Amino acid sequence: MKEDPGLYDYWPYENRPKIEWPNGARVAFWVAPNIEFYELDPAVNPHRKAWPRPVPDVNGYATRDYGNRVGHMRMMRVLDKYDVRGSISLSTALCEHHPEIIELCKDRNWEFFSHGIYNTRYTYGMDEAQERAMIQDAVETIHKHTGQQCSGYLAPALTHTEITMDLFAEAGGIYTCDLFHDDQPTPVHVRSGKKFISVPYSLEMNDTIVYVVNKIEPRRYGEMIKANFDRLYAEGAESGVVMCVPLHAYQVSHPHRLKAFDEALEYITGHKDVWVTTGREIAEYYIEHYYDQAVADIAAKGAA
Amino acid sequence: MPLDPDYLEYPRRRYGMDHDRYDWSMLTERKPVQWPHGKRLALWVNVAVQYFPLNQQGKPFPPVGGMTTAYPDLRHYTLREYGNRVGIYRFLKAFDRYGIKPTFAVSARLAERYPYLIRRLAERGDEIISHGWHMDAPHYGGQDRGDESGLIRRSLETLREATGQPVAGWLSPSKSQSMDTPDLLAENGVRYMCDWINDDMPYPFRTSAGDMVAMPLSTELEDRFIVQANLHSEGEYADQVMDAFDYLYAESEAQGGRMLALSLHPWVLGQPHRIGRLEEALEYITGHEGVWSASAGDICTAWQEAQA
Repeated sequence: MKEDPGLYDYWPYENRPKIEWPNGARVAFWVAPNIEFYELDPAVNPHRKAWPRPVPDVNGYATRDYGNRVGHMRMMRVLDKYDVRGSISLSTALCEHHPEIIELCKDRNWEFFSHGIYNTRYTYGMDEAQERAMIQDAVETIHKHTGQQCSGYLAPALTHTEITMDLFAEAGGIYTCDLFHDDQPTPVHVRSGKKFISVPYSLEMNDTIVYVVNKIEPRRYGEMIKANFDRLYAEGAESGVVMCVPLHAYQVSHPHRLKAFDEALEYITGHKDVWVTTGREIAEYYIEHYYDQAVADIAAKGAA
Repeated sequence: MPLDPDYLEYPRRRYGMDHDRYDWSMLTERKPVQWPHGKRLALWVNVAVQYFPLNQQGKPFPPVGGMTTAYPDLRHYTLREYGNRVGIYRFLKAFDRYGIKPTFAVSARLAERYPYLIRRLAERGDEIISHGWHMDAPHYGGQDRGDESGLIRRSLETLREATGQPVAGWLSPSKSQSMDTPDLLAENGVRYMCDWINDDMPYPFRTSAGDMVAMPLSTELEDRFIVQANLHSEGEYADQVMDAFDYLYAESEAQGGRMLALSLHPWVLGQPHRIGRLEEALEYITGHEGVWSASAGDICTAWQEAQA
């Protein structure tokens, strides 16, 4: 085990090269619906139990299944209302299980990126060949069912190895959502030397963290999203920032929670200098315009 | 050492679910449901009337809402008893005031211990469903089929005898099941169960003894979950219930009948400082046109008829 993941260098938030998003936007805003499949009786990983109760954990399984049966369509209605395209963190086996959901997302020109095969299959304990095979399976499944090249990665159930980023970059990926160290994109070191970055995907704005871990009231979640946006919008006047709201239809789409989220989205998209976009578009824009500058600035500052 | 190669095999990676209990379907793709008398929203108020034994074994996991301290946990035992002695009677007054037709999910052991309470509930004519034997008698994966079968039979027989009702609905303690539970329930005359919280409407569920109906009883909107597990205030509870109502009521206009399932515990909302917030929510909901307050069994039947 290493003391530091070695994925990025320390790089202070002040005095960085200025980022200018398209059309002078201050905030690149993206919404990342997690579209997930949890298995009722998954293969056992010796490093992490899939369910707290003995199989069948009806409670855990049904809680997630609600998102697929009821939640996604409600969430889509809200995103459609404000012209937000989702960037889907996808359990890729869902392409086989629930192709109807995939079709609805394709109709909306949403982005698909990999969140593993199932959210009940963890990376812990995989050797390099196994993890490469799992990543390759996900990338190929996305391409086969959507025609898209998979650009982004959020490890299944946030389970990683030391070489997850290396392997995903080698499989053609350009960005990861797994790092929570910044409000701007940052270069990520990968062993191939490819241009690979982190695109901010806020855990603090993530509805599952909000509802399950922090046990926040729905209306307060709406207020938190607005407050997060307000500060980033103000700071974005100096240099462009990224705001992400990661969602789970089995959380945010419950009838008692959608209104507050809807109001927050209306608030954000009601501002002029917001680039409502996707993870891939942010990553491509940043790599094209700012990656080299960022690497040079990090090296020049040598703050790490 | 790498993981077992099986870990990268996915034998149930296929169209639909990864089991055969029910078919995959999206709520928006189903035939719209018409409730009786043109009502838009079926209001299912489900009251858990629970017994938590003091000598809790907690195997294979402790019951939700159970004892937490070393024996004897008088604190939690008596707080749960408060619900059955005091809180429930506050509930009954509130229900009558707002014309609510509640459903009571009862631990069979309570029928043995507190016959007065069970007679009182049964005499109101409200539907009584089984909530298992008691809260420390869970159904769980790996349970011996014969043991579970006996537990289910005894729970249902005791409650049927005590109430004179057919008792055709089921809510497992802690909403926990084994792989056999649905089959055993159907064999014992249960026609709907409330444990699978994966939908906002009833849906068909397969068992080896014929189809039954899954009636999802929302946990996310449950009083215990919001007030006790999430530590939200009673005012926040009422806000969430009213927001849920508004959402489903609006959805029912475009998509057909909807169901609002309120799972209540007299030991949570029956407290003097909380009951008023429940009343506020019930007043708000029943103040709308097109709300049908009905028992779980009546909602189940109406849903079945709407499928024909």
